[in-house]
Amino acid sequence: MEVKASKMQCEFCGKRPASVHFTEIVNNKKSEHHVCEKCAEERGYGAPLLKSKFSVGDLLAGMVDQAGVGEEAKVGRVQCPKCHLVYSSFKETGRLGCSECYTTFRAQLRPLLRRIHGSTKHVGKTPVRDAARVALRREIQGLHEDLQRAIEHEEFEAAARLRDEIRVIEAKGGLASPGGTS
Amino acid sequence: MLSELAQELAQHLGRWLDGSGPSSEIVLSTRVRLARNLKDLPFTHRAREEQLSMIYSSVVTTVRKTPALQRAVALPMRELTPLDRQFLVERHLISNDLADNGRVRGLLVLPDESVSAMVNEEDHLRLQGLASGFQLRSAWESVNAIDDELGQDLDYAFNEDLGYLTACPTNAGTGMRASVLIHLPALVLTKQIGRVLQGITQVGLAVRGFYGEGSQIMGNFFQISNQTTLGQSERETIESLERVTRQIIDYEQRARDELLKDARLQIEDKIWRAYGGLRYSRVISSQEVVNLTSAVRFGVALQLDGLPSVRTLNELLIRTQPAHVQLSAGREMDQRDRNTMRADYVRRILEGGAADAADSN
Repeated sequence: MEVKASKMQCEFCGKRPASVHFTEIVNNKKSEHHVCEKCAEERGYGAPLLKSKFSVGDLLAGMVDQAGVGEEAKVGRVQCPKCHLVYSSFKETGRLGCSECYTTFRAQLRPLLRRIHGSTKHVGKTPVRDAARVALRREIQGLHEDLQRAIEHEEFEAAARLRDEIRVIEAKGGLASPGGTS
Repeated sequence: MLSELAQELAQHLGRWLDGSGPSSEIVLSTRVRLARNLKDLPFTHRAREEQLSMIYSSVVTTVRKTPALQRAVALPMRELTPLDRQFLVERHLISNDLADNGRVRGLLVLPDESVSAMVNEEDHLRLQGLASGFQLRSAWESVNAIDDELGQDLDYAFNEDLGYLTACPTNAGTGMRASVLIHLPALVLTKQIGRVLQGITQVGLAVRGFYGEGSQIMGNFFQISNQTTLGQSERETIESLERVTRQIIDYEQRARDELLKDARLQIEDKIWRAYGGLRYSRVISSQEVVNLTSAVRFGVALQLDGLPSVRTLNELLIRTQPAHVQLSAGREMDQRDRNTMRADYVRRILEGGAADAADSN
């Protein structure tokens, strides 16, 4: 915290240290700005600027500054149960060990992903296999609800038909799901 | 030694280089790549040799079953000489990273180079579509269709929240990197390029050199690509890159108009001298070919009469790179020999190009 005094102050709030530096060109006039991250974000300079810093090393270094030293050491020792990668090794290489790491280091990765991408939510395509699985899951779920309703209304013939239908679909799903690939 | 395919590649020119695509005189090529990993296996750098072999063979098996990739040829890196690998790097088909590493890795590629896949690079699968000129949407659509076909067999690491899971979090989500290789000589000459590049990075796009990540800017070529892969669908990413590219083309066009208004004669003189340099030199480095070709390409865009076609210029750019020259000659050569041989090739390609032009007239 003492370091603050030697650093440049944010030109907007005058309190926090300036960590975002940029040149603005308006009507061919160049001006330099030094602001803190909070003010940068509030004034709409945030998103594109943060997006333009993309070195994982820089991003991680930035995050280390935010966390306390003790806390940082603890986080560094967190290990993925599947591939045994420790978080500190990810910080050095910028590479995760396996897809499970995304779950293991979820808490650490979220702010990082937000900084890199400005978002933590995938809105793109879904793999065909997963899409099929999701659709199948939803279909079976729907039939289960129908079955429940049929039973409640004592429509046993319909219930039996629905039960058979569910069995058929589940069997089909079993064939469609993983197995015979590699 | 090079497989038949690589020999075919050395003799032909990929479809992405044929100059037939939209705005080919400004945008050399469009590339869309998707990063994919297989479920339940460690990412490449943490995988054991036998896991890498398994990944390699399951990708090859799936590719063999995919109708659109029937003609794909598999090139395991271990079976290639360093020269072959460098050739594939120069051809924009593999990364330096894939070329350098001695582990179980490989390239699958269609003979026309429109679709290729690196196996066991940073991610298990890096699917790439290359197209001529400026055509982001169609490049995306063809890679997307192939990704869907492969995805019926290959179980991709995916989660509903974070999308496709990749070794580096910078690719997580869509796993897509779309880019255009764009030629901006007038923006460089008029010194406006810095401002344009700054603007590009501020809208969340990245600028790189001729061979992509970590490479140098050469011959006024810039690779512009999306930077983010979460929070935006593939189509939105493609559309925003398309919009920005259109705008850059527009800036470049305006800078060209300005230049011509002020200094038409000087510009034309520069272009013709560059052409003369290519046509008549006897010793030439690849860097010099790139620079001179850049000036001539500018002349083609200005519709100066008597210059070679965009296709011929692309051919010059690609075929005169060090590994290309050596493979065409059928032997390894030191730099001095290469520079002499290169001058020879350049003349021959230009004479061929001139003959093409004469034929079509």
